[in-house]
Amino acid sequence: MKKKLRYERPTITKQYSGLMNKFGSSSLSRPTVDIDGVSIKSLCEGYGSPLFVISEKKIRQNQKNAFRIFKNRYPKVQFAWSYKTNYLDAVCSVFHQEGSWAEVVSDFEYDKARKLGVKGEHIIFNGPAKSEAGLLNAMKNKSKIHIDHFDELFLISELAETNNIRAEVAIRINMDVGIYPIWDRFGFNFENGESWQAINRIIQNKNLKLVGLHTHIGTYVMSAEAYRIAAYNLAGLCKRIKNEFNVSLEYLDLGGGFASHNTLIGQYLPAEQLVPSVEQYADAITNGIFDVSFKSEDLPTLILETGRALIDDAGFLITSVITNKRLTSGKRAVIIDAGVNILFTSFWYKHNIQLCQNSGVHTEDTAIYGPLCMNIDCITESINLPSINRGDKLLIKYVGAYNMTQWMQFISMRPNVVMIMENGKVELIRKAENLDYLLEQELLPKKLKLIPV
Amino acid sequence: MSKIHLIENLAVSDSGFLFLHTTGETFTLNKTGSEIVRMLRSRKSKEEILKFFTENYIVDTNTIEKDFEELVAQLKFYSLVTEK
Repeated sequence: MKKKLRYERPTITKQYSGLMNKFGSSSLSRPTVDIDGVSIKSLCEGYGSPLFVISEKKIRQNQKNAFRIFKNRYPKVQFAWSYKTNYLDAVCSVFHQEGSWAEVVSDFEYDKARKLGVKGEHIIFNGPAKSEAGLLNAMKNKSKIHIDHFDELFLISELAETNNIRAEVAIRINMDVGIYPIWDRFGFNFENGESWQAINRIIQNKNLKLVGLHTHIGTYVMSAEAYRIAAYNLAGLCKRIKNEFNVSLEYLDLGGGFASHNTLIGQYLPAEQLVPSVEQYADAITNGIFDVSFKSEDLPTLILETGRALIDDAGFLITSVITNKRLTSGKRAVIIDAGVNILFTSFWYKHNIQLCQNSGVHTEDTAIYGPLCMNIDCITESINLPSINRGDKLLIKYVGAYNMTQWMQFISMRPNVVMIMENGKVELIRKAENLDYLLEQELLPKKLKLIPV
Repeated sequence: MSKIHLIENLAVSDSGFLFLHTTGETFTLNKTGSEIVRMLRSRKSKEEILKFFTENYIVDTNTIEKDFEELVAQLKFYSLVTEK
């Protein structure tokens, strides 16, 4: 029998004369067929599509690398895993095994960390909306509570006095470091003296122990210099506290906000060319602290709550092509089975999308849409893709941060999440949702039950 | 049934490079696109083209018909075919 040829959708592309693309030709022609040695085809056969895949090896590499870089520059370094970035138990556990504390911003995140076995004193409790019960619980467990506003300070003070506890607290400080907009809705302001006022109140309160200072200057911050200024300001404040009250603080927490390898929508150059390396962030932060001369015994521990930069490139989303379409403008569109409800970062990033099978070399400007019956469900407005067929797979890279926490069940359910372990074994770490899961929380009043028709 | 005709003044190379003499416009076709244009040039009917593809490629009739119509729509969009 005659062997048939692999089919590729017929395409025609108009050529425009002009300057060549300075970045050269697309790298899409070489397909990505595996993740950590596990074939994408077998992952889909075993766990369906769409499918989130997390690489244990990559997380450990990222964490070890970042720790080494900071430790080479500063003697006392502690990382705290930012739960909101990805709080799947398996992900948090890898970070904790690597020595990270937990950084949480809600009561349920706090409880999640405790359930995973994180000691109370190794939890940093951030956020503007901690409950009274949550605060009391954290105080009893000797967790580090980062106070966000004066009402919280008064509440903690009252709770500590009533329950005869000395609470370990720090304050979150916002400041102008050249990153706009300034995140001044969180914490106490540095420039107008609000933070100094809060520090005074805490130090004079016998039920409160000031153990640290915290700032978090923004997210996806592309300026290392901003961190140097922040570190210098915090360190200066720390020294002033020592000089005026003879109190040595345990730590300075520089928060998170390091950028990852994703390119932002509207950004002309790719992220690789713009984003500072971890070394550059580390140089800036440690230089900022060393610029304020500390006696060696007074040198505070440097805490980092890095999230995105440690997990983004350890997460992948495998998705399948549902159909090809031609829009009325003549532009090509591809519909895939993963929508913005599970890939929230599509609103911010020009995602790195790879082919998973051999395709033709002729590419065409294409819009990729998700499966939701909503016009906003656009994964990317423009990407050069060769001809791909229904059922073909695409791999969306760098999706480990925020997607698996900000995702929502909307029109379609949240899919399976697997982790490829260091030994190559694939483990299911979150089951796909189904109708039973959805209905578990719903109650139908008796009166509204349908009479069979 | 209407028949699709490629316009005159069109040069198509074996590698899928398409050149329109009158305007100087150029296009590139992938392998299957070239096959279809070549067959349209040879005055093959839609049915003959679809038959050729289902016999020689791993593709079902529905898919090739849909894709054929889409390519023809693009050829029309660029004014490279007429329908009589």
